[in-house]
Amino acid sequence: MAVAAAVDEVPLVTSSPVTRVRDRAARDAVEVRLEGLSRHYGSVVALDRLDLTLEPGQLIALLGPSGCGKTTTLRLLAGLEDADAGRVIVGGRDITRMPANKRDMGMVFQAYSLFPHMTVRQNVAFGLRLRRVGAAERDQRAIEMLELVGLAEHATRYPHQLSGGQQQRVALARALAIEPQVLLLDEPLSALDAKVRAQLRDEIRRIQLEVGITTLFVTHDQEEALAIADRVGVMRDGHLEQLAPPTEVYSRPATSFVAEFVGLTNRLAGEVRDGSVIVRGCTLPLVERDTPDGQVVALVRPEAVTMASDGAPESGPLVGTVIAVTFLGATSRVTVDLGDARILAQFSTADAAALTAGSRVALTIRPDPVLVSASSDPAVSVAGEEA
Amino acid sequence: MAAITSVGETPIAAPAGRPRGMQAGRRRRLNTFRYVVFTLFGAFFLIPLLAMLRFSLEGAKLGTWSLSAWRQIASYQGSGIPPLLSSIEITLELAVITCAVMLVLLVPTMIWVQLRVRWLTRTIEVLCLLPLTIPAIVLVVGLGEIYNRIQRFSLSALMLFWIYVILALPYAYRALAAGLGGIDVKTLSEAARSLGASWFTVIVRVIAPNMRQGILNAVLLTFSLVLGEFTIAYLLLYTNLQVELYSISRNTPNAGVLFSTSFAALLFAFALLMILSYAGRGRRRSRG
Repeated sequence: MAVAAAVDEVPLVTSSPVTRVRDRAARDAVEVRLEGLSRHYGSVVALDRLDLTLEPGQLIALLGPSGCGKTTTLRLLAGLEDADAGRVIVGGRDITRMPANKRDMGMVFQAYSLFPHMTVRQNVAFGLRLRRVGAAERDQRAIEMLELVGLAEHATRYPHQLSGGQQQRVALARALAIEPQVLLLDEPLSALDAKVRAQLRDEIRRIQLEVGITTLFVTHDQEEALAIADRVGVMRDGHLEQLAPPTEVYSRPATSFVAEFVGLTNRLAGEVRDGSVIVRGCTLPLVERDTPDGQVVALVRPEAVTMASDGAPESGPLVGTVIAVTFLGATSRVTVDLGDARILAQFSTADAAALTAGSRVALTIRPDPVLVSASSDPAVSVAGEEA
Repeated sequence: MAAITSVGETPIAAPAGRPRGMQAGRRRRLNTFRYVVFTLFGAFFLIPLLAMLRFSLEGAKLGTWSLSAWRQIASYQGSGIPPLLSSIEITLELAVITCAVMLVLLVPTMIWVQLRVRWLTRTIEVLCLLPLTIPAIVLVVGLGEIYNRIQRFSLSALMLFWIYVILALPYAYRALAAGLGGIDVKTLSEAARSLGASWFTVIVRVIAPNMRQGILNAVLLTFSLVLGEFTIAYLLLYTNLQVELYSISRNTPNAGVLFSTSFAALLFAFALLMILSYAGRGRRRSRG
């Protein structure tokens, strides 16, 4: 409600460039549909009959390992590559065979893509100039866009006089200046350092929400994807494994690949019995209730592993020795050696304060629904990367 | 105590001082070598130029000075050859046309190859460098038949630009390739395309301005090549500046005008080099 109220209030600030940009874009927010899109490079299948729909004004992040097809998807949508099969439909119009320069899409690239021989203002106005917008209006809109990204005072500088983060912000302003139907972001933050990346990530989200433009964001950084997307699409081998809101992707992964790729996951041996899985003495509900009985590997999040309330007994399936405690700020990650496996747990830093390397600890697993993998080899006890 | 001990250890630092001494001696020797080499090469280039200037200023009597050879550049005409000024004009026109054709031919081709058919890069490079390996006489024999036919239409020496473009290809290609290699052609062109630019706009407004230094270098090399070209024009019976100078040297006792014109041509090429270098540097400064 608070958000709705805030949005309602925006029109009062009629001179704001954000308002004008948002109003224009809101009129034009379109649905994007990719239907059965395929792309091969020789014998390599980059994209395999991909179906994806972006609702008007929505930001979808495509996430996946290198070579999963996420950038190919974006380039096919941009028209920078041709699809072998399938259709690209934007605003109900089939643009599959339309050249890139006719598609009306703004794009920000991974590499710095500002034209080095033009000033910041000229860069932002470039697309408008191609659209034969008059000089005065062109300049005004370029400045509006630069105000939007907070760089109006740098209008007369050349790209090499800007930092990487500033260059990407100008690239964003340039992409938005043409009032595109769709905004495409191809790992725009990957060349930046961590702090600038986090700032710019939030800024991109703010601007996307203000402008209300349908956006496809490609990244290999889970944190980025989960932080700013309305929906996250996890890709693997040219197809979508799951497309869902970030919280769902994290807490209810559709496949073991998603579970292992997004966030950290403990792979623990378990046994499915009567619709539940028994992992080291803990009975946990299954995400897929129709899993047949038998030996499995359960995928358990570190935050589902908690300290047992009954202290530290001498032995037990979830009793072990602390190997390392990693301070992460509000939380700490604790690696515990259980003898036959290692397990990662995530505790509040206050709870973890008493733990040091070598101390004994008894753990338990919270009964959240878990995914199981058919693989019977939990050799790698922890999979995935930091979320 | 520790401090005292470390002070007492200073003799150990002596070997560290020796390399510094060795470095200073080595640096002195290197500097001496540099000065000797630069002096020798400077003399090698400058003495003939000074001699040329000296002869161009030789008066009618031995030991006197005169500017008459320089004044004659505009009006000199030897027997049986065109006026000197017209040869200069023709050569300059040829240089301009050759540069223009070379740029129009090579710049879009190289950008296109880089963008769309990268696998052709090596082939294009070999083709462009090929004229380096073909002696001028072979080119003349090969192209002679074509030029014989052209001459039937009484066309001027400007027709030489075709062959000069071929001659300039290796140098221009290398200069342009260096310019092109310094920019991310793919990303810039994709960014421009996504903003609505046609391929023509991408090449003319986005890529070409960013390979400005390469283009300037290619123009300079082509210009210099055309200004100094003699063999092909002479063998194909056209008169350009160098052929004219050769004719003057053979047919006239007044060698002064020969030297003044040659020196003027050199000055012109040098001035051009300076202008183009300055233009490139000025651009970088204005961006910096």
